[in-house]
Amino acid sequence: MISVMTNEENKVLNTNLLIPKTDPSKDKDYKIRTEHVDVFYKDFQALKNINLKIRPYTVTALIGPSGCGKSTYLRIFNRMNDYIEGFRLEGKVLVDDVDLYKDKVLLERLRKDVGMVFQKPNPFPKTVFENVAYGLKIQGVKDKHFIQERVEHALKQVVLWNEVKDDLKKNALALSGGQQQRLCIARTLAVEPNIILMDEPTSALDPLSTGKIEELIFELKNEYTILIVTHNMQQAGRVSDRTAFFYLGELVEEGLTKDIFLNPKKERTQNYITGRFG
Amino acid sequence: MIRKKEFVIEKFLQLSAIITILTTIGIVLVLTIEAFKFFTEVSIIDFFTKTDWTPLFSKKQYGILPLLSGTLLTSFIAILIALPIGLVIAIYLSEYAPRRVRNFVKPALELLAAVPTVVYGFFALMVVTPFLQTIIPGMSGFNSLSAGFVMGIMIIPIVSSLSEDALNAVPMSLREASYGMGSTKLQTARRVVVPAASSGIVVSVILAISRAVGETMIVAIAAGQQPRLTINPLVPVETLTTYIVQVSLGDVAHNSVEYRTIFAAGITLFMFTFALNTVSHWLKNKYRERYE
Amino acid sequence: MSRIIKINRLKNSGFQVLGIIGTLIGLVLLAIFIGDILMDGLTRIDWDFITSLPSRFPEKSGIFTAMMGSIWILLMTAIISFPIGIGAGIYLEEYATKSRLSKILEINISNLAGVPSIIYGLLGLEVFVRILHFGSSLLSGSLTLALLILPIIIVATRESIKAVPQSIRDASYALGASKWQTIQHQVIPASFGGIMTGVILALSRAVGEAAPLIVVGALAYVPFAPKTPMDDFSVMPIQIFNWISRPQHGFIENAAAAIIILLIITFGMNAIAIYLRSRWQKRISW
Ligand SMILES: Nc1ncnc2c1ncn2[C@@H]1O[C@H](COP(=O)(O)OP(=O)(O)O)[C@@H](O)[C@H]1O
Ligand SMILES: [Mg+2]
Repeated sequence: MISVMTNEENKVLNTNLLIPKTDPSKDKDYKIRTEHVDVFYKDFQALKNINLKIRPYTVTALIGPSGCGKSTYLRIFNRMNDYIEGFRLEGKVLVDDVDLYKDKVLLERLRKDVGMVFQKPNPFPKTVFENVAYGLKIQGVKDKHFIQERVEHALKQVVLWNEVKDDLKKNALALSGGQQQRLCIARTLAVEPNIILMDEPTSALDPLSTGKIEELIFELKNEYTILIVTHNMQQAGRVSDRTAFFYLGELVEEGLTKDIFLNPKKERTQNYITGRFG
Repeated sequence: MIRKKEFVIEKFLQLSAIITILTTIGIVLVLTIEAFKFFTEVSIIDFFTKTDWTPLFSKKQYGILPLLSGTLLTSFIAILIALPIGLVIAIYLSEYAPRRVRNFVKPALELLAAVPTVVYGFFALMVVTPFLQTIIPGMSGFNSLSAGFVMGIMIIPIVSSLSEDALNAVPMSLREASYGMGSTKLQTARRVVVPAASSGIVVSVILAISRAVGETMIVAIAAGQQPRLTINPLVPVETLTTYIVQVSLGDVAHNSVEYRTIFAAGITLFMFTFALNTVSHWLKNKYRERYE
Repeated sequence: MSRIIKINRLKNSGFQVLGIIGTLIGLVLLAIFIGDILMDGLTRIDWDFITSLPSRFPEKSGIFTAMMGSIWILLMTAIISFPIGIGAGIYLEEYATKSRLSKILEINISNLAGVPSIIYGLLGLEVFVRILHFGSSLLSGSLTLALLILPIIIVATRESIKAVPQSIRDASYALGASKWQTIQHQVIPASFGGIMTGVILALSRAVGEAAPLIVVGALAYVPFAPKTPMDDFSVMPIQIFNWISRPQHGFIENAAAAIIILLIITFGMNAIAIYLRSRWQKRISW
């Protein structure tokens, strides 16, 4: 689903490289591959030679102490780092075999396909409805009926529909923090991405709202490939299939979540998991 | 000894601060007392409803509307120029321009506000009007269009600078959310950032209007000195401020009604700008709460 | 889908171009205006023009009395507004923090900043010229302008003082300094660059003002340069206004020439202010 403009023709090809959604168990390919990725902010190297492959329809947790590069890593997949002055990336970032930094990727299209949920809920100061409809509207969708349906569907996916259906015109800022974050997830789902990036999505929420979001993540992985940054070890344990441990810009270890937690291969991972630092 | 010195100094500093309050009281008192005397001789109803202003003629009429309309017309034209240009600049600087460009452009634009207003008056009369006359035949040598246009250029920095501050105050996270969904910068600006900064932008516009309403020399030089109730931008008009200048330049006896007319015009102007400034402060406080 | 993206991108680039044009338009117009002024007035400027008294004949007229008037006004306004403005700023930041008085003062000052300059003229006319019997003198004029620029100086002072970190004050108090000693030896020196920037910008505004001085009774025609603060006076902006209003073309040239000199003064002051500000900002990386 990642669209590419070939350099020669400068034309848009809609290469549909997505593996059929119906039978994820048989899928042997990877949705995302990063090969020898280095990231620099000016002279500072934030990521060092990252090699990681991620399967579709899985939840991968990115853990590690603050400043180790988790957000930086996450944001290379929708190229949100592009706006940072002095940002530079070397290596390959492949999504559906499209190199996000070498092939001519349509940024607008990429970001529709790769949704992002941020640390603090950041609904637009608009109505609940307008928030969810935003992505469709900026894509030029005019069909009111279609937008209506999509909004309703997305709000149902995040289990917010019942709470807001009577007052879709309410300002989104009037919702509670947990509701706001679910709204932000719905906003992302409404444009039908196939990858969702979540950067500490529950760190600003109370335990009850956190629980709801975690349940939601568990549901969503049937349809989406999810990368989630989290500080919370229990959360990583609860929601993720696989876990990647970052430390000082390096990927120390990646594996099944239970392996990482129960028998990590590296000592640094062990230390972090048991809370000896970070 | 030190105690006493500290005390004296504090009192001096306090007095300095209190001078600003005395200034306000002084302005209000002077304007109301003289205006009050004026209204013992001229009906306040006539003042606000009559459509002729001829205090310096033998047949005296004291209807403020022509002066008010002159003020509004020139200010309206100025805002018509300053709002779109100022807003485009603000959006460009806050959303598009690299930091280096912004650091250079902002002080350069402030230069527009640093030019003395008589100089703008000269531009309006000697450059803009002759130019416009080649396009619009029949335009008078004095008119509100040139004056308003040049005034608009002058107040661009008010709109652009304050609006840019408001746009910058919109949290980065909202932009990220919008970019994250595939918006272009323009879409993000139009649909997210500008609406979120709208009250700050309104404040900038109100302050710009207030500045235009109180502007004197440009209109005194280029808009003419003929009180006239009109919306035609091509003919001479007179503003409240121009009238005050006109009387001040002539020989008018103190304690005459003519003399007091400038205070009547002054209090009208003062209340007008005071209302605008009050609304803008109120709005500013309201939106300041939003992101804190 | 991709058509929409193309359109959106086109609009986006279109706006970017518009933004650059918008940013340049004001500056380009200003450049055109100034170019025009230079063409009209540059040949008129010579030593005679600067040293001659006003005259009925444009070619004999000079800027001398008005320029001396402006210099007098500038100095007197500075002397009056400097201690009061800085004093009020210090009082608000260091003494009256968070009291009700400071709240009132704050609102009041921002309101004063929005009062049109001609209204200050009316205040000066009634209070200084008439009630205090200073007449239409330099003193009345500079008192009026001092009140006019006070809010600018106060705001600049407060902002510069705000930038001084509390730790410097604490260090001074810890050494046994009194409040005023701390302000005098630590706070004022640390914020002086910023304060001066504000003062110079405020004074450059005062040099360009005509309206309040006209109301106070400054004259367009003054035969001799003022010698004492109680003398009648004219200033350059008023002289320019007067020349613009005359029908003979010669006076327009004079106006253009005087504008060039006035612009050199105001832009020069602004340049100094910007330079001071950038130097001061570099220094305060505590
Ligand atoms: N915009 C930036 N400019 C320069 N350095 C940055 C920037 N953003 C992050 N960094 C640096 O990159 C490193 C990784 O940051 P980040 O990816 O945000 O870490 P994490 O999300 O794991 O806490 C940190 O050392 C941080 O200081
Ligand atoms: Mg982070």
